[in-house]
Amino acid sequence: MNKNKASLNPKKIIIWTFLFIGAVIMMTPIIFMFSASFKYNDQIYDLTLFTSDFTLDNYIYLLENTDFIVWLSNSLFISLFTTFCVLFFDSLVGYTLAKFQFNGQKIVFIAILSTLMIPTEMLVIPWYIIARDFGLLDTYLGLILPGIMTGFGVFLMKQFFEGVPDDYLEAARIDGVGEFTIFIRIALPLVTPALSALAIFTFLGNWTAFLWPLIVSSSAELFTVPVGLASFSGEFQSDWELIMTGAALATLPTLLVFLILQRYIIRGVVLGGLKG
Amino acid sequence: MLKSIITIAITVLLSCSSRAVEIDYWQYSYKSRIDAMDKLINAFEIKYPDITVKHTNFPYAQYRTKVAAAVSAGEGPDVVQLYYGWLSDYRRAKILKPLSNELFPRSDIEAEYFPLVRLMKQDGDYYALPTAVRSLGLFWNKKLFKDAGLDPETPPETLDELLKMAKKLVKRDKAGNIIQVGLTMGPINQDHNWWREVLVRQFGGTPYDKNTSKVNYFNDAGIKAFEYYVRLLTEHRVSVVDFMDKGEIAFKAGRAAMHIDGSFVLSTFDRARRLDYGVTELPVHNGVKANFSSYWVNGITSKVNKKKQAAAEKFLKFITSEPAQQLWLDEVGELPSRRAVALREKNLKHPKYGPFIRGLEYAVTTDFKSESAQRKTFVDMFDRVVLTNMGIIDSLRIGAMEDQIIISEAQKR
Amino acid sequence: MTVSQKRSLCAWSFIGVPLIYFILIRFYPSLDAFSIAFTDWDIVGEKKYIGFDNFIVLWDDPIFWIVLSNTFEYLLLGVPISLLLSFVIAYFLDQVRFGHGFLRACYFIPFLTTAVAMAWVWRWFYQPVPVGIINLGLGKIGILQFDFLRSTTEALPAVLAPAIWAGLGFQIVIFIAGLRAVPITYYEAAKIDGATSWHILRVITLPQLRSTIVFLVVISSIGFLRIFDQVYNMTQEGEGGPLNATRPLVLNIYKAAFENFDMGMAAAQTVVLFTLLLIITIIQLRILRK
Repeated sequence: MNKNKASLNPKKIIIWTFLFIGAVIMMTPIIFMFSASFKYNDQIYDLTLFTSDFTLDNYIYLLENTDFIVWLSNSLFISLFTTFCVLFFDSLVGYTLAKFQFNGQKIVFIAILSTLMIPTEMLVIPWYIIARDFGLLDTYLGLILPGIMTGFGVFLMKQFFEGVPDDYLEAARIDGVGEFTIFIRIALPLVTPALSALAIFTFLGNWTAFLWPLIVSSSAELFTVPVGLASFSGEFQSDWELIMTGAALATLPTLLVFLILQRYIIRGVVLGGLKG
Repeated sequence: MLKSIITIAITVLLSCSSRAVEIDYWQYSYKSRIDAMDKLINAFEIKYPDITVKHTNFPYAQYRTKVAAAVSAGEGPDVVQLYYGWLSDYRRAKILKPLSNELFPRSDIEAEYFPLVRLMKQDGDYYALPTAVRSLGLFWNKKLFKDAGLDPETPPETLDELLKMAKKLVKRDKAGNIIQVGLTMGPINQDHNWWREVLVRQFGGTPYDKNTSKVNYFNDAGIKAFEYYVRLLTEHRVSVVDFMDKGEIAFKAGRAAMHIDGSFVLSTFDRARRLDYGVTELPVHNGVKANFSSYWVNGITSKVNKKKQAAAEKFLKFITSEPAQQLWLDEVGELPSRRAVALREKNLKHPKYGPFIRGLEYAVTTDFKSESAQRKTFVDMFDRVVLTNMGIIDSLRIGAMEDQIIISEAQKR
Repeated sequence: MTVSQKRSLCAWSFIGVPLIYFILIRFYPSLDAFSIAFTDWDIVGEKKYIGFDNFIVLWDDPIFWIVLSNTFEYLLLGVPISLLLSFVIAYFLDQVRFGHGFLRACYFIPFLTTAVAMAWVWRWFYQPVPVGIINLGLGKIGILQFDFLRSTTEALPAVLAPAIWAGLGFQIVIFIAGLRAVPITYYEAAKIDGATSWHILRVITLPQLRSTIVFLVVISSIGFLRIFDQVYNMTQEGEGGPLNATRPLVLNIYKAAFENFDMGMAAAQTVVLFTLLLIITIIQLRILRK
């Protein structure tokens, strides 16, 4: 499209203004959430964003009186561990399906692809029964197990590995490099954009996951942030400024990561979205 | 030499570990309850050094499922706290064992506890005992009473006074929006209990028949009771439903002048700064006093083996003992289930516990088949009138029908 | 061993463990869910096979039909609104240079938030005066307040709004990527022919974006059909009220399974959900093949 840097025609200014208003509206919930988290109880019902006597009391109260730190670290641990597993296994399977010929290859691929059709909501009931029968209710393993491999990731990685030229891999084979080493050392580095896309989706998915953690975890020490946040309204008699503080704490980590890695994250999301 | 020392050491260790018993205790998480139970467990472990108690807590919303799932898989608690309304379900699912008549004699229970505990007796056996019970009371905000020109020390005594005062206490902004309610309304919180067991009785009815097998409120009394409740909102406009999301929050924030709730909110209100409030017995009507009581009981689960049986029984006895009940009252604000403790002079005269304890004398307990589903029938009954303009009688008919279906379904099982 | 045998062995050793995982954690549970759908089971006692009884009960249950129509309402409001908004924003945002990164970030950030956290923020916004900031704001300019979550008609859109809000950022960046993939020569050719920008949009841009649009329709349809977090956290006691006005299928499944222990009835509803998703996917494949 035609992009004249200097052109400042009125149409563009109008467009820009509308986009700016839209952006402000989009950010409003987040801004009010943070603003309320710094206010005293009797101030949160007025519309001013910043009060002169802002307070950290809510944060202190929350950290001292709830298990919020535990929930944050649970969420972090579960999301990171799951992401790591997904990256490893999904790319291993995707690589194998893309770069090897073997009997049953097609069936395996279609089978794994077909799991994309099955919604989590359908699986939680059987998962719950399995977890109960194997004593996994209310354990980290129970929380993590259903998510450590995904059909989506396998599909995504297979797409990308198909774009890796066979010559590279053959050259290594001739040099006598082991197959697993070829995968780790040669193939994986060639698909880092895909890996980072998968990592973003998996991490975000686990960080915000609610239904399964709600079902499988029962003691507060095992809650993830969303489950903890949902439960604490009942236990702490929902004071809005405290709930906003909790919501802010849940939002802060992803927000910070985004502000640092903005460009990569958007690129990753686009990549994952379009190829997946 | 060394060999024999080691042998002895091992034998000693083994005998120690075989003598020490660990039992699991579960209750739902609520801060003051957890703290109180931890204190009781400490005292118990000092008294019985060979028994340790592991205390586990789950949020209320998931508690019931977790217990059922765990015990059915042979895991979970040895002694468990459950809502009284779940007893039939739990017994049917064989989660609980009956209490032995030698250690917990039926006649003693019936003599020492408030009569509402009898709901825990099924087919001649007691299955569980409460540490504490709760009843409803009317909270009022003294400052708001004074601001409205009412005597801050005189709360309403009858339903008519309640309405009259509520009208004076409601405040609106310039646009006509209510910014302070006279009386909180939360059908999904405690109001469904207030309506079912208190208002219906005060207007001359009984909510269910004797065995709780038939809904009995679709009649004149039920209609009048329902009318009274609905008109607080539709005609007299003294309230906003779920004001500030939950009546309790509004009262705590000083935006609600009156609020009906259980004794367990006392600790919440006491933590609120600048909240000067009082509690009184629920208002009477037609000279009828009524109150609703609910409670949590402790039972021994069916997974307890012989080795743990004695320990579990000792623990149950301990946490339902008189000192335990006094501690529970002081720490949690829940009322003793033993008359002897409840009716102690200092408890009965207590400005905040007193009204609730006095309410216990005439309180009744609903034999819920499914508390959440039956609660929903009332919430929907109310919403149909106020949100979709259905007539009071039509909505009550539907509500009674839905409630009856739940009861009949439960009896079929 | 031949080279191809060796490589085949290697392949199986790579996918062996994952395959077992997929069988145990994906396939077996899916089949199990279907089988539970035909039982009467309270998780504690014995499973009793009762044929299609659960489905018959569902068919006769008026609440199930309300739930189903709510679910479609989420879908039929959510998909067009979110796609239209995101396309318009993406279309104009793509033309803007000044502050492009900043604007894009503002639109994108909600996508990174936790639905549960934001549900509570929105729940606060929707409160009547003197709590909720929307009604407070309206009060300041003299407009009578909305009931939002306490209304049988306003509650569902009110619950839907944060779901749309959170998904918008993703759709915008995908749309922008799609717009940029349209070959510039097409536009240049059109310009030479003297086409208006409206004409270009209709004849070139939209047809070129077809696969992007289909992709987003499917993704967002699946998302709105499975709405749960917002409803669970925004309605009183997570009941999906008032009068079931906001209760979606997944919440009904959750309540049946994990509050009433009616596993058979819950599983039967997951089969319904599965069927809905299947239909959508098949339609997508059809459209893409054309």
